[in-house]
Amino acid sequence: MNLVQLSLLEQAVFVLAALILFLSFTLLAQSRLVSGIHVFAWQGAVLAGATALVAASGAHHLFISAGLTLLLKALLIPWMLHRQVRKLELERHVETLPHAALVLMGGAALVIFSYWVVVPIERLELLATRNIISLSLAVVLLGLLIMVTRRQAVTQVIGFMSMENGLFLAAVAATHGMPLVVELGVAFDVLVAAVLFGVFFLHISESIDSLDTDRLNRLAVPEDEP
Amino acid sequence: MNALLLTVTLPLAGGLLLAVVRSLRVAGWLNLAFCLAGLITSLVLAGQVLHHGELVGYSFHVDAFNVYLVVLTTFVGFTTAIFSRPYMAHVCQEGWVSERRMRLYHAMFQGFLFTMLLALTTDNLGVLWVSVEGATLATVLLVSLYRTPEAVEAAWKYFILCGVGIALALFGTVLVYFAAQHALADPRQGLSWMALYAESAHLHPAVMAIAFVFLLVGYGTKVGLVPLHNWLPDAHSEGPTPMSAVLSGLLLNVALYAVVRFKMLVDGALANTENAAVAGHLMMGFGLISFLVASLFLHRQRDIKRMFSYSSIEHMGMMTFAFGIGGPLATFAGLLHMLVHSLTKSAIFVTVGHVSHIAGTQVIEHIRGMIRTQPAVGWGLLLGVAAIAGFPPFGVFTSEFLLLSATMDSWPWLTSLLLFGLVVAFAGLFRYLHPMVYGKAPEGQQAVTANMLPVMLHLLLVLALGIAIPAFLSHWLDQATWLIAGSHLL
Repeated sequence: MNLVQLSLLEQAVFVLAALILFLSFTLLAQSRLVSGIHVFAWQGAVLAGATALVAASGAHHLFISAGLTLLLKALLIPWMLHRQVRKLELERHVETLPHAALVLMGGAALVIFSYWVVVPIERLELLATRNIISLSLAVVLLGLLIMVTRRQAVTQVIGFMSMENGLFLAAVAATHGMPLVVELGVAFDVLVAAVLFGVFFLHISESIDSLDTDRLNRLAVPEDEP
Repeated sequence: MNALLLTVTLPLAGGLLLAVVRSLRVAGWLNLAFCLAGLITSLVLAGQVLHHGELVGYSFHVDAFNVYLVVLTTFVGFTTAIFSRPYMAHVCQEGWVSERRMRLYHAMFQGFLFTMLLALTTDNLGVLWVSVEGATLATVLLVSLYRTPEAVEAAWKYFILCGVGIALALFGTVLVYFAAQHALADPRQGLSWMALYAESAHLHPAVMAIAFVFLLVGYGTKVGLVPLHNWLPDAHSEGPTPMSAVLSGLLLNVALYAVVRFKMLVDGALANTENAAVAGHLMMGFGLISFLVASLFLHRQRDIKRMFSYSSIEHMGMMTFAFGIGGPLATFAGLLHMLVHSLTKSAIFVTVGHVSHIAGTQVIEHIRGMIRTQPAVGWGLLLGVAAIAGFPPFGVFTSEFLLLSATMDSWPWLTSLLLFGLVVAFAGLFRYLHPMVYGKAPEGQQAVTANMLPVMLHLLLVLALGIAIPAFLSHWLDQATWLIAGSHLL
């Protein structure tokens, strides 16, 4: 594929998509909780920007979902997370990432893996979108990696939400947006999930007096032990 | 059409209404009334579909395949509501749950039924995803209803694992939509299952194959397929018992339904390529592994509800395997097994609710002498387990036998693995069952007021299905088989 042949708008979408992936890596290595929330908010904002660019290049109905993304992912959910963190007095919480170099290399491997998965699609004439699909798959997988490597419940939620960002990027940039009903439904689900996560932070911190999910291990006791 | 709209919207209305009803007594009865109304409308709907063929409109799509699951959903919802009314009132009296949380419970019970019915009847694959995710959201607070540390942990695990799984399913859905953009005359129809099915031969095979991997892993998490099954035993054992009954009886089925719908699309897209059956093979592999692993895990359980949730994984694995084989006989077996497993498993969970009420614990070691203390409950447990283990007169035997014959036909050497798993599961269930039913009852163990009507109803139905499947039902299942496998069995 020759990137120069694409229109400027499309090239800009690519740049933003790459930026989203970069922000995922930042999230992966971020050890401060509050900074993590900020990075997540920026990711949402960049996603909204990418959506708006796609909308400007022809798919005008996407302006609605761009606005929705900006509102939900860049403002509302980060604000909610921030409030939870303040309420639970975790502002100064620093979580050292064990084996940081290894995790980051794992992240890089996941990006390569995503490109490998998309290879069969590459043979299609739809070249412009295959980069986007592999980029968004990489964002999804990096979100998964964040959830696996972190123990803090709030960070796990950030990982979860950044997975959603990757999905959204795929929907917007590769298919010019899902039908509006579906997008509204997905946004609603994400919102409800965010609220429920807030409820759960409270429950977890009540029951184990911390948000370290490694200590959620009562059910993991070997089952034949008395 | 009206029956369809009523069936889907009744639980929604019920959920909204129950969220504001303060009186616990009224709420219990209202819950039951809404479930009964839903059952009646779904029966009317089934009658219409049976007479006129498929119903299409308002982006709903009801054919023989999903209408039988709709009836099953409303039926199990109804009988569970019968059980849940006195049981949850008792739980509330014991002080485990506050009255406010009971309101949440009733509202979410209906909300869960709504998402299940919407997922089954919708034609839009995006709405399917939204409602399956909605089912997670509706039930996650119910799993943690008792607010014990264990319950919160189980709910968190359920939330995170299913959330991740379902996110992967959305990626698969996006890929399907992406493939549709280049195959359909009207790309905006790209999420309509019917439009996709009509054009499935033109969908890009490579994209569809990749999409199916994501969809299988995603919805497979909800089905409880190994290795993504970890949430299931926890969520089932820590949530309130009526919830375990509907989770096991309904949610797993609906997730499997989604997988099968997508398999139909992928099979169409891959039909002319060299690896035409790759979707089926993936399902067979995942199904068989789940089946074997779960039947081994049955031997290492201490908690009675965990034991039966592993049995659910085992049976879901078997169904996934059946649909993976494809072909009319295996598909028929899978459909029948969905039906009898739901009925039996929800009956078992209802009985287990009474059992743990009598014994005051869910720990198998301390549950003893049920048949002495309360014969109705003891017999219920015994017969339920006999049915789920696949004893001859019950319907589970019929479907398992059909599945074994289908396997013998197409993959003879896999039959031995299936038989091995069945024997292991059988042994696992009965080694714990025997002392629980016949053992010496501890001093002072007393009978409780138990309503065994739902259990008897379910087990009688399963028995009837094992002895003789009524002509209309077999015709119905045969229609569904034709839709999925492309040819009739009967």
